[in-house]
Order: sequence, then structure tokens, then C-alpha cells
Amino acid sequence: MSKIATAFEKGNAFIPFVTCGDPTIETTEAVVRSMVAAGADLIELGIPFSDPTAEGPVIQEASTRALAGGVTTDKIFDMVARLRADIDTPFAFMTYANVVFSYGIERFAARAEEVGIDGLILPDVPFEEREEFAPAFAAHRIDLIAMIAPTSEDRIAMIAKEAPGFIYLVSSLGVTGVRSQITTDLEGIVATIRKVTDVPVAVGFGISTPDVAAHMAHLADGAIVGSAIVKIVGAEGAQAAGAVGDYVRAMAEAVHTA
Amino acid sequence: MTNPEGRFGIHGGQYMPETLMNAVIELEEAYARYKNDPDFQAELSDLLNNYANRPSLLYYAKKMTEDLGGAKIYLKREDLNHTGAHKINNVLGQALLAKKMGKTRLIAETGAGQHGVATATAAALMGMECVVFMGKVDIERQALNVYKMRLLGAEVRSVETGTGTLKDAVSEAMREWTTRMADTHYCIGSTMGPHPFPTIVSDFQSVISKEIKEQMLEREGRLPDAVIACVGGGSNAAGTFYHFIDDPEVKLIGCEAAGRGVSTLETAATINTGRVGIFHGMKSYFCQDEYGQIAPVYSISAGLDYPGIGPEHAYLHDIGRAQYVPVTDEEAVCAFEYMSRMEGIIPAIESAHAVAYAMQLAPTMGKDQIIVITISGRGDKDCASIARYRGEDIDL
Repeated sequence: MSKIATAFEKGNAFIPFVTCGDPTIETTEAVVRSMVAAGADLIELGIPFSDPTAEGPVIQEASTRALAGGVTTDKIFDMVARLRADIDTPFAFMTYANVVFSYGIERFAARAEEVGIDGLILPDVPFEEREEFAPAFAAHRIDLIAMIAPTSEDRIAMIAKEAPGFIYLVSSLGVTGVRSQITTDLEGIVATIRKVTDVPVAVGFGISTPDVAAHMAHLADGAIVGSAIVKIVGAEGAQAAGAVGDYVRAMAEAVHTA
Repeated sequence: MTNPEGRFGIHGGQYMPETLMNAVIELEEAYARYKNDPDFQAELSDLLNNYANRPSLLYYAKKMTEDLGGAKIYLKREDLNHTGAHKINNVLGQALLAKKMGKTRLIAETGAGQHGVATATAAALMGMECVVFMGKVDIERQALNVYKMRLLGAEVRSVETGTGTLKDAVSEAMREWTTRMADTHYCIGSTMGPHPFPTIVSDFQSVISKEIKEQMLEREGRLPDAVIACVGGGSNAAGTFYHFIDDPEVKLIGCEAAGRGVSTLETAATINTGRVGIFHGMKSYFCQDEYGQIAPVYSISAGLDYPGIGPEHAYLHDIGRAQYVPVTDEEAVCAFEYMSRMEGIIPAIESAHAVAYAMQLAPTMGKDQIIVITISGRGDKDCASIARYRGEDIDL
């Protein structure tokens, strides 16, 4: 079993996201520690990209802040290595194809394994382009997470069939960001996924409240929250760890008891 | 030119969010169906000829030829098309295709505003809704085109993220498409983005070289020695090269915007300063830093101010079939002024990049040789910014 899968072993998983280096790498390190203490089951670490086409304004702005602050892929690898010294919670990177491609796919995968990364999410690498990335990450025991969207329809089985780790189910149309409601027939999509695989399904995009997170976790196996947390970091800046911890605690509790 | 997976050599592909994959596949299937459909082609030809003013002239620039004292220079006058640029060729094709697919709304990105105006025009003609994304900086430097788009009934959305230029407008149009694809077609303006866009746009622009070839054979009884076009994403260049790719005696030359020079950071010369990467749905050459962050590029030309280049051009560069040369702001402005005075034709600042290189090349060639420069658009939209470049403020 991959380490990612262990995040779902005790029941529904709460998966928070943070943009690394926003506003500084030290802030991110403190935020991640506080997420772990607050009960996060798996943490998504965003490597900022200059032009994140799948993100809404909140994560776009965080990416801009982080890059302006001088964060680089190498500095983020170093941070993960420091966190891994005493944290066992699974980590997945979330970034864009060019960040990995430009670093060198094999070189990125090797370094990611070395520092203790367990999964990778690339929102601009669909099923059709997976083969360019998948073998290197598989060889380094990193799960290349597959994404399924409300528009996937006849593609669901193909994508889900050999998806490692967990499946990232995009809750609704559009880019990342808080939504007031989610109307997609997620139950139907989860049922289709279940026909071909047992890997856990976590729902992301638009989730911000404990109620919605609990509902999503109930429909699937976990909830992913990004923009709502990045917003807190944006508001609190270098002191964000405490407030993020409080938020993650409430969300994780709702998800775990769903 | 593409293989079945939408690749041009290693370039191209479909690096898109899963949310858009079925929309892209739907487009691919619809295009495969209509591309060889005689009714569709007849309808498109009728629009091109009777609405957009095709075929465009192939004009012998006699004064310019004599002044430069070398190769004979012809101008392919895409600036005489309805809406004033080559962009209409692609837009009429895509709008018609979108309509056949049952779409009622077009979204587009625009840099200089020419593609936005063309899309707004086609939307008005075909009774479709239209939203154009345009960088904040470009809205300021292309006020006339912004007004035209609104006059034509389109909504112009200002994009304030990133550098507020063409690349940000593309990103924002892609984001908008992920929120709404059932009734919306993303009418991309250049030979870029995920497959099948580069192929579709190149096919719709290929009318340029089809006409050049016919007109040249009629006038000169032979093919030109070189065809020259400016390259941002690369659509007018792709159209100019298309029917000459298999004629090795015809040199294909693309002129990139070097901005303040290829040794500065203020440049948009992708082939000359970039390296292979993945962005905006495609693998190609991009201006980027060592970690793959896309560079904030610069050019006086809003239409060439893009950090990437279409995958077909990347491939033509790799195999050595086409040559891509950098042209600076200063050279382009000089060419803009030169052609205005020499031939009484005010070219778009984008097209002036091609003119500038032709001015260097022509004198090195024999009088029995022939160059064709594609004048991709007219320069009215650029008068205010060129005046400003020369230190004069005019109110337009």
C-alpha cells in the first residue's frame, strides 16, 4: 500500500492545501506543523507557478506573493526535508507540468522521493499526457494522482482504473475557489468510480465550511480544502499558523465524524 | 503535419485540466467531421470572399524594391481584409464550426485587439454572444480596438493578473472556459493551445499561402525565394508558410519580437531566448526562468507580446525548415515609418517586424529573386503608441 493510502485508513481524510513560500518558507513550515497537530491526514503542498490556469484569484495571488518572496522548487524540497525529520503525515505536491518538466521529470521525482514526498498532483496533465510523467514517479514510489471532473463522463472508468493513491474528484466546473454551493451529482460519479477501483476518492474545489466538508467526505472518502486556507494565510501573513490550525481542527473534526 | 496525438515532433499535445478534456475532444471530433464537408467549406468560402474581402491582394512593392536594390518584394495584403487583419480568416472558420456544434457563445483572448475585434465581428454576424479577455496594459495601449469590440456588442473583460498582457488574457479565457463549456466555444486566436487548436487555426489561416502561391504563379510563373511573416503565437506565419512547407526552395522566415533586444530581459523572442516547456495546453518553446516560471515578456507590439510560440513553429525550427529571427522595437518602428512613406501603406506594428527583417534581407539578394512579406494587419491601431515611442502625444 502506498503511503498516501494510509491517510484514509482510519476513515475519512481531511486534506488541507497550502501554497509554499506564501509569504515566506518559514511561514509555510509553521503552517504545515500546525496542520499536522490539528489532525490533517494528508497535506497538499503547492509549488507556486507563475501562471496557474486552474486556480481562482485566491491561489493565483498566493502564488504571486510566494514567487515575489523568492521561493523556488529547491527551497521547497529543502523545507520538506526539514519537516520530514519529525513528521510522518503523507505529503503530496501540487504544481503545474512546467515546474516538473523544467526541473527534469526524473530529477524532480528522485529529489521528491529523497525528501519524503508521497504524491503529486498536476492539474494540467490529463490522462492523455500521463505517460510522460507516470513512469518516473512510479519508479520513485510517488503516486501521480488522477483527477476526475464533473465533465469526465465516459472518461471516468478509463481514468480511475489504474489511478494510484487516491482519486481527486473536482466538485464542480471552473477553477479553484470558495463556492456557496456544489450541485454536481457527485454520488453518481463516485458510484461509477467504485465499479472499477477501490482507491479512495477525495473531493476538492470550492469547499470551505465544516458542513460541506463533512457532506463531501460522506459522499466520498475525503475532503480537500485549498483556497479557504490560503485566504487565512493571506490575511494573517507570517503569523498564520495559529489561525490555520484552528480552522483545520474544526474541518478535520467534521470530516472525521462524517 | 500533426501525428494522431496532436503532436508536431515533440511539441503540441493536450496539457489541459480534466474539466476541459471532453470539450477539447468534442471540438476535435466536430472539426474532423466538418473539415472535409463540402457544405461547410462552401459556406466558409462564401464568408471569406463576400464578407471578409478575400482573396487579399498580392501587391508588388515597386518603390520599396527599387529603394532596397535587391530582391523583388511583394506584400500579401492581409491588412485589407475586413476588420483589418488576418485574424478574421480563423475567426470565421471557428465561429462557423462553433455554430455547427450548437454553441451560442464565443470567448476569446486578445493582445493587440485584432483577434478580439474579429471575434466580436463574427459573433455579431452570426448572432452569438461574445466575451473578450484582454490584459489591462493592452486595454490601455489599444483603446480604439476596445471601443470597436464594445461597439460590435462584445463584452471586454479586463485581465489584471500577472503582467496584464496577452498571456494573462489566454489564462483567463481558459479559466472562463472551465466554468462554462456547454454553450461556449473558446475561439483561440493563434496557432497555440492544446490540440486541436494549433491545427485548426493553421488550417483556417492556410488560405494566405494558398493565395500567395496562386497569385505568384500567375504573376511570376514561379514560387518566391522567401516568405516572411511576424510570429507571436504564430498564426499569420503558419498561414503564410503552410502551402510552401513542402517546397524546399522557398525559405520560411518568422520574425519574433525582440523588444529591447534578445540580450535584455525585455524581449518576447521565444525561439531565440526560450527553451522547451509546457504551458497553455501545449509543449513548445517558452521564455521562462530556470525553475520553469514563465517570464514576463515585453514587446512594443501587443500582438507579439507572448512568452510562447505555437507548437508547429517549434517543430519547424527543430527540423530546420523555418528560420526564426529576432527584430527589436526600434527596427520595427523604423520599418513602420519606412513602409508608410515608401509605399503609402501603414502596417500593423506586428507586421512591421516582418518588414524590418525584409529590409535587411532584400539588399543581400539578387534582383532576380523574390520575397513575399505578409502584412498581417493595418497600423491604424498603433499610431498613438508609435507616436508616443517617438515622443509625441496624440489624442486618439
